Amino acid sequence: MIEESMAMIDSNAQQQAAAVPLLSIAGLRKSYGAVEVLRDVSFDLCKGKTVVVIGPSGSGKSTLLRCINLLEPIDEGTIVFDRQKISGTDAHGHHVRIDIGMVFQNFELFPHLTAIENIMLAPVEVRKVPKAQARDTALALLEKVHIPDKADAFPDELSGGQQQRVAIARALAMNPKLMLYDEPTSALDPEMIKEVLDVILELSNEGMTSVVVTHEMSFARRAADEIVFMDGGRVIERASSERFFGGEVHPRAQKFIQTILH
Amino acid sequence: MTRGEYFFHYLVSVAFVKGAGMTLLITITSLLIGMGVGLILALGQGSRFGAMRSLTLTYLWLFRGTPVLFQLIFVFNVLPAFGIVLSGFASAVLALGLNEGAYMAEIMRSGIQAVGRGQRTAGRALGMTEWKVMRFIVLPQAFRIIIPPIGNQFIGMLKLSALVSVIAVQDLLLIANQTASANFRYLEALGAAGIYYLVLTTIFMAVQGRVERWANRRGRRGTMQPRSLTQRLIAWTSGQVAIR
Repeated sequence: MIEESMAMIDSNAQQQAAAVPLLSIAGLRKSYGAVEVLRDVSFDLCKGKTVVVIGPSGSGKSTLLRCINLLEPIDEGTIVFDRQKISGTDAHGHHVRIDIGMVFQNFELFPHLTAIENIMLAPVEVRKVPKAQARDTALALLEKVHIPDKADAFPDELSGGQQQRVAIARALAMNPKLMLYDEPTSALDPEMIKEVLDVILELSNEGMTSVVVTHEMSFARRAADEIVFMDGGRVIERASSERFFGGEVHPRAQKFIQTILH
Repeated sequence: MTRGEYFFHYLVSVAFVKGAGMTLLITITSLLIGMGVGLILALGQGSRFGAMRSLTLTYLWLFRGTPVLFQLIFVFNVLPAFGIVLSGFASAVLALGLNEGAYMAEIMRSGIQAVGRGQRTAGRALGMTEWKVMRFIVLPQAFRIIIPPIGNQFIGMLKLSALVSVIAVQDLLLIANQTASANFRYLEALGAAGIYYLVLTTIFMAVQGRVERWANRRGRRGTMQPRSLTQRLIAWTSGQVAIR
């Protein structure tokens, strides 16, 4: 009897744990001077899920990502990450960012370091991982992003697609709980887009919690557990991938999909 | 002794070798002090704190606004009145170093600014503090960018170091001048000193070329074109080296 009720409490606790989102954003507002970039943005993201943020240029998608890892201070609202309220703790933002990986449109690899040095830098200098161990991890990550033979190449010896995959490995090396991708394929030639998106999709399928800002609709359809459509700094629509592309969405989102697809 | 014999005698004399050594030592020491001061000033200029920025500007105003010769004589003759008695050498490298810092600051600042904002953001996104971003991402890249202008400063400093003869530091110029004044063999003595200056500047150029090639190999290919001897010479005389 007691055991039974204990078991029930246990399973309740587990359900609750699953229900507590890893990332929870509520009423987020952000202005640059008189320009309101984010107006009352709210959404939750559960562990292991991938949300794809889409919307026209200037709709605040990139700013949203930069607010999530406290690269930009917010004006109003709350951000809860891993059960901690992180909004308002900008002075200690570097602690938060240890657990949140970020991938940029322009890769931003460090040009004076080789691929493997790029990947090892933060684990060694921030997480204080021993060098040999960081090296092993870095090699394994290069394997994971399908360029194990490029460890000693400098960024300018790599193609755009390879650079972006090293950048993904660099972020993963910190063993993040959440990955943020800011238009990861926008600066790539068409033939390289797939190799990068495939890596992101693989990670996503393995349960990496991710927020992806992208214009790649076929990727969004395949990778997203949820689609967030933004316009003018507001979240216009939140829907599952099936529902979103099935056409049961806000007219503005529908119009956007039409223009993107044609 | 013929003119040629005097010239050769001076060229290989211990006094001239020592004088050249002193000139080299003053140049390197002052430049290192200047780089340290310049880096602090460059970081001070970009500081969040207004007081720090004002302090930096005051420093630049004082050291750029007065002649370096004045500063040299000031350090040597006025500091003792405040109980700070420095040797000729110490006065020389202190004055030249502090002065160099005021010019090096601009080089350091432009080098730091040349490293893109995105690079800093990428470092911060990896959980680095501002200091670590500076130390591991910005400064190593800035250093590669400022190698050519620092090489020019080096050559400039070598020539500037001749000023220390006014505070009785036994540098190459003072040795040559003293030697010549004993027997009025100015052409021979100054000729020998001139050869030393030319040899030193030429060695510097070769070293600079090597350092630039090394930096090119460590990434950032193509930002620094290899420069020929002629191009280097033109660079020295094209006003890149500030007049003090």
